[in-house]
Amino acid sequence: MNAAEVPLVEVPLVEVRGISKRFPGVRALDDVSLRVGQAEVLALIGENGAGKSTLLKILAGVQPPDAGEILVAGRPVRFRGVEDALEAGIALIHQELNLADNLDVAGNIFLGREPRRLGLLDLATMRREAAEWLAMVGLDLDPATPLAELPIGRQQLVEIAKALSTRARLLIMDEPTSSLSARETETLFRVVKELRRRGVSVIWISHRLGEVKELADRVVVLRDGRNAGEIADRAGIEHDRMIRMMVGRDIDRLARRPSHRPGDVMLAARDLRTPAHPKHPISFEVRSGEIVGIAGLVGAGRTELLTTLFGVTPAVGGSIAVAGRPVTPRTPIEAISAGLALVPEDRKQQGLVLEMAVRENMSLVSLWPESRAGFVDFARERRLSTEMIPALAIKTPGDRQAVQFLSGGNQQKVVLAKWLAMKPKVLLLDEPTRGIDVGAKAEIYDLVHRLAGEGLAVLFVSSEMEEILSLADRALVMHEGRLAGGLSRDELSEENVMQLAAGGAAGRMSA
Amino acid sequence: MSEQAMANDRGPAICRALRGIVSPKILGIIGLLAVVCLYTALASDNFLKVGNLENIVHRTALFGILSIGVAFVIITGGIDLSIGSVVCLVGVLLPWLLVQHGWSVPAGVGFVLLLGAAIGLVHGLLVTRLGLQPFVVTLCGLLIYRGVARGLTQDQSQGFGTAYKGLRSLATARFPIFGEGGFELPATTLIFLVIAVLAAVFLNRTVWGRYLLALGRNEQAARYSGIDTGRMKLLAYVISSTLAALGGMLFVLDINAAQPSDFGNFYELYAIAAAVLGGCSLRGGEGSILGLLVGSALMVVLNNMINLAHPQYQNVEFAIIGGVILAGVIADELVRRAARRRPAA
Repeated sequence: MNAAEVPLVEVPLVEVRGISKRFPGVRALDDVSLRVGQAEVLALIGENGAGKSTLLKILAGVQPPDAGEILVAGRPVRFRGVEDALEAGIALIHQELNLADNLDVAGNIFLGREPRRLGLLDLATMRREAAEWLAMVGLDLDPATPLAELPIGRQQLVEIAKALSTRARLLIMDEPTSSLSARETETLFRVVKELRRRGVSVIWISHRLGEVKELADRVVVLRDGRNAGEIADRAGIEHDRMIRMMVGRDIDRLARRPSHRPGDVMLAARDLRTPAHPKHPISFEVRSGEIVGIAGLVGAGRTELLTTLFGVTPAVGGSIAVAGRPVTPRTPIEAISAGLALVPEDRKQQGLVLEMAVRENMSLVSLWPESRAGFVDFARERRLSTEMIPALAIKTPGDRQAVQFLSGGNQQKVVLAKWLAMKPKVLLLDEPTRGIDVGAKAEIYDLVHRLAGEGLAVLFVSSEMEEILSLADRALVMHEGRLAGGLSRDELSEENVMQLAAGGAAGRMSA
Repeated sequence: MSEQAMANDRGPAICRALRGIVSPKILGIIGLLAVVCLYTALASDNFLKVGNLENIVHRTALFGILSIGVAFVIITGGIDLSIGSVVCLVGVLLPWLLVQHGWSVPAGVGFVLLLGAAIGLVHGLLVTRLGLQPFVVTLCGLLIYRGVARGLTQDQSQGFGTAYKGLRSLATARFPIFGEGGFELPATTLIFLVIAVLAAVFLNRTVWGRYLLALGRNEQAARYSGIDTGRMKLLAYVISSTLAALGGMLFVLDINAAQPSDFGNFYELYAIAAAVLGGCSLRGGEGSILGLLVGSALMVVLNNMINLAHPQYQNVEFAIIGGVILAGVIADELVRRAARRRPAA
């Protein structure tokens, strides 16, 4: 599918020259260039707000650039829409998958291009061809399976099969592993390597530098909407070097901070049973000043544990006590009044009202206790945001800016500020730095350490091993809905976590 | 929106003050209202006559009350299609209870207003507790309340005759504010203004108003922030139906005759149209009371324009009103898109 149209001379498959793009108030891209060769995996990295998303949207025809040009196989092209880009062989695999989960797998692969006979869907052909594309991504499943029945990792492979079926020669993958389990990630790596062998090129966008090191042939770094360098040889792809290029400074990663002195038990769960895994009672404690991580594979029931603690999905059994007082919240309202705070997994859907101002988001939780007879105390609201913005180093033009215009890291800080305003006793964090750039990540870690130092009890869920290892004082590991074990600080290692997460029995129950 | 918010901090003081009151979103609709007024004034000598202006202000107030009610539901991302039928039910019930059944005025008025609140409560419970869709719940309401109204009265027109002058003055009184023969302010306008001010204060100054706006934009985030979203939505439906009942009462006190088969027909659509024109998004989370006032006025003036300037087109009144609203919404969307595309200064 490649050789015929492409001349033998060294013409890159896709080349971007001097692309610029402005949005109201932001210069998203400024004279950015890059090339992607045949059968090459190019990693595109950069902090949030560096312009990666804008660049890939332009490449995929979602948005036109203000200036600059795109060349496909040496010929300048102008995309008026996604269809033009697909026509040119460029397909975007979105971070949030764009599949219709009410259709079956084959229906998704051929959505909008269904083979027809006499005006009706030709289901037989559709399923047969779908099976071929599925085989290409190593998926051995019945094309008539409803998409909704597949785990997220397999859905993603379906999306890739769909892109391949449009004869895509360049796949752009935006944070493809952010919601995959370790095993699913492995599978995806294998598929990408196999595709490369078959001559397909990939632009791989990820915050996970370990992946980049494993997969990429070349790395292009963006910073503040500009090219910030390139690593052209595989051997030169190193973690620290990439971080330096991304942030323009050194960050001491994995610098373990001194352990906090744990105080009284602030959160105690006794035989807690969540609606998602009612068969597995869970018991643990978190003390004041302690940072406890919950590790495990996706689907192990970690998020469900937090939402049950917070009353979003009330417990079906067992009990919860906050600061020694029994409360088993049936609603977030009860959880909040007991002193619990939850920074949820999905920042945009659960954490923020995107169209509302920074100031209004920050005050949302504390609005009622800070009100006078039900009237909003605007002076206090303003004071809150003028305190929080510098305290959390939130980058925003002002507290009246709608949060949707902030970068992921700054949005997450607004969510944190919202909860800190109510002075919680226990802070629950679900994937606190998902999709957040390296710099903001470090700032959020600092903040969590500072809060723990002030006596807050912190319980966080993370799918990133590094985060568990560097942030947690100790860890609980979950496997298929049950608490597989606890790891003290001394026992905390990648091997032990993985063994418990995979259902093994390392470490001891120190929950 | 944020750019606009930022822009508020710049420019001459007078502009800043103006922007503080009039959000840029409703400037377009104010312009449209001005154009329609100007056109009608030029096309008909009767438009600027005191009596006609009084009538416009009076009718704007009546429809404005309905519109404020439905706006609360629209802000939560819901819809209330039952308003016209609630207007009808209350409109026939009040004279029926007072005249036919000899209820006292306080009992009758109290009953119909409580009935409105109860209807809203039922709608709200069905939407929040049972998870039914607002469209379906209130569509059924639309059918049920009109059916009940027609059944109770055996489809007979209800009115007060020559009695109840005192009660009727709630809707018919006029206050001469410019002396004899000058413009007289209708009592309904005063009632409307009081409600509008209360609604604006509630929406913009109280915690509950903020909660409504927040949950209209992102209900899940609101719930995760400890907002009792169910109770807030319930409140919105109660407000909507109660104001519909108040409107129905004022309409029948004013007109003194309510025909169960067509009293209040389509009023929910006028109210929704006025709310949308006034800047409420049917996606929820947005709305300004001043916008509602202008939107309601536009609906009334359009009707007035057809009656005065083009009486021969009365049969196509709906088409004209629909066309103007559509044009307004399209223009608004185009302007917004242009503003988005324009790079920030």
